[in-house]
Amino acid sequence: MSTPYAKLPAWADYGLIPLINLSVAFIVAGFVVMLVGENPFRAAVILIEGAFGKGTGIAFTLFYATTFIFTGLSVAVAAHCSLFNIGTEGQAYIGGLGIALVCLSFDSVLPWWAIFPMAIVAAAAFGALWGLIPAYLQAKRGSHIVITTIMFNFIAASAMVYLLVGPLKPAGSQAPQTRNFLAGAELPKLNWVIELFGAKIRSAPLNICFLLALVMAFLVWLLIWRTRLGYEMRTYGHSPKAARYAGISETRIIITAMMISGALAGMMALNPVMGDQHNVAIDFVSGAGYVGIAVALMGRLHPVGVVLAAILFGMLYQGGAELAFEMPAISRDMIVIIQGLVILFAGALEHMFRPYIQALFASVSPKSVGMQAIKGTGA
Amino acid sequence: MDIFNAIIQVLDSTIRLSVPLLLACLAGLYSERAGIFDIGLEGKMLVGAFAGASAAAVFHSALIGLGTAVLISVAFALVHGFASITHRGNQIVSGVAINFIAAGSTIILGQAWFQQGGRTPALQPGERFEAIIWPGADAIRDVPIIGPIYAELISGHSILVYFAFAMVPFTWWVLFRTRFGLRMRAVGENPAAVDTAGISVAWLRYRALICTGILTGVAGAYLSMVQNGGFVKDMTAGKGYIALAALIFAKWKPVNAMFACLLFGFLDAASIRLQGSPLPLVGKVPAQFMQALPYVLTVILLAGFIGKAIPPRAGGVPYVKER
Repeated sequence: MSTPYAKLPAWADYGLIPLINLSVAFIVAGFVVMLVGENPFRAAVILIEGAFGKGTGIAFTLFYATTFIFTGLSVAVAAHCSLFNIGTEGQAYIGGLGIALVCLSFDSVLPWWAIFPMAIVAAAAFGALWGLIPAYLQAKRGSHIVITTIMFNFIAASAMVYLLVGPLKPAGSQAPQTRNFLAGAELPKLNWVIELFGAKIRSAPLNICFLLALVMAFLVWLLIWRTRLGYEMRTYGHSPKAARYAGISETRIIITAMMISGALAGMMALNPVMGDQHNVAIDFVSGAGYVGIAVALMGRLHPVGVVLAAILFGMLYQGGAELAFEMPAISRDMIVIIQGLVILFAGALEHMFRPYIQALFASVSPKSVGMQAIKGTGA
Repeated sequence: MDIFNAIIQVLDSTIRLSVPLLLACLAGLYSERAGIFDIGLEGKMLVGAFAGASAAAVFHSALIGLGTAVLISVAFALVHGFASITHRGNQIVSGVAINFIAAGSTIILGQAWFQQGGRTPALQPGERFEAIIWPGADAIRDVPIIGPIYAELISGHSILVYFAFAMVPFTWWVLFRTRFGLRMRAVGENPAAVDTAGISVAWLRYRALICTGILTGVAGAYLSMVQNGGFVKDMTAGKGYIALAALIFAKWKPVNAMFACLLFGFLDAASIRLQGSPLPLVGKVPAQFMQALPYVLTVILLAGFIGKAIPPRAGGVPYVKER
């Protein structure tokens, strides 16, 4: 992933450029709102008020953000190894299967604090397993990971539909989902934390998975920048040739990275399944895996960026629900457009404004873009 | 005779179901042969379907519908080109973005313009492409064997079906017998060589993407104006990804693409036909298994267990001129 562009100061690279890209994405989204015949500024105000105006709104925003932190981290970890994991959606879905098996087996006998660790392990293991097969095929047989993970998303969807209308569905029920879990598989809520600040919360599904997500974000930072494994992953991501020359096993690094990515994706399922719905239903992931791509790109693959981007998307999801009430012409699918625009401008077109900004920096202060250094070496 | 009729019916729906796959698959073939990965087939088909059905309903003309579908789909293809050719962005990321923008905007605009929960108005007879009955189809229908084959399989499809199958030899001809095709294949394998010969890599790739846009537009129009009398949200339902799978399965060759799409169409048709009735030897096959089979087959192929799928060498890599 070499960039043929000159260096910018770090704050411009990590702050200014993403901000510009994001603004352009939202301006284009504003045009779509205008095309529908609504006022984009009023829409933005409703959206932000819906997300942060009341305690319930904040709790919902953070609940959605929890989900996106997991999927964003999942995409980011793989991307550091230059693997594009589009399979987060399927890995999360299969992770839900692992949770279902644990919860359905133990929810009548064990309390939540005993089931939760088992469910984490099961979710991570099932997600990792679903990432392992494409990783193995990429490492050993050279099949393109993007294509195989897309295929595995569809295979996961078919398999889960089969299980949820068949073996996992309780007898006599029509809905394609597992039976509702008992109290043992319900995670404690975190709403009281927000209530400490004086806000009132009616009922919101924010639960301890939020803390788990933050812990995982810290662990991912530790892994990528403070361990030998992370260093090897980044080396491989920058230059597979250099990694091979340094004696890093290609197979091992691809498989490890994808299994970690899959495990994080699988853990995403904990939040909606054990924290909110208390069952596993068809399509419970509902695109969160794909949101993870946008979150990871926007967060520039850094855990802190991922957490911030996830909160932004949580805000869009919660605010978008409020928006659909106020402006009937705008449904929640507006978020899908914004998501697409963010991926386009922060991902595919991330270098569009770079030359202009570089020219600007160079004219204001040549030192900041490294002009001096080039002169100094004398070439 | 009953079994024969059942087979004819399954084959007939195989043809109908494989047409959108075939068009999208050939569309992907143009861009991938030119070295541009295209995950966005799904999205381009979806906007094509929406634009086609909307324009046909508003202007009461199937042809205007088809034209609009192609136009909008090409516009989306050019956005992909702008990101991945001009700005050398990641082609996968750009394709994913296009799929989301397509999925969201078709629902939002459909709801805002027509207020039918994301649907477009049901198309009236002159607004969709009607089936073409070949001469003598009704007269010969009762002749055993040949009759049903002629009347059901060959006759009685819309013009877009014949167009799709005509595109197979045409694409082969373009790819292997024209100067444009030769250069396009070259740009997908070794863009630097094409550049050295004084041919613009970017312009060639843009032209390939325009071909992609035209074909995905027709594929979308087929979904909303032939198979269904109007647009329904998310009506492509993963067909763009199956087409992508078929393209790999066909090893990026047009004639193979037709057979791959017919195979995947047949699996779809068979799963609809079987719907829980048991098969001889294997017993009852879950519908979900049949639905997953194209993906499983593609993964097995990709793993190199049935032949080897080697993509165009420069695929996915933005071209940077050496300075």
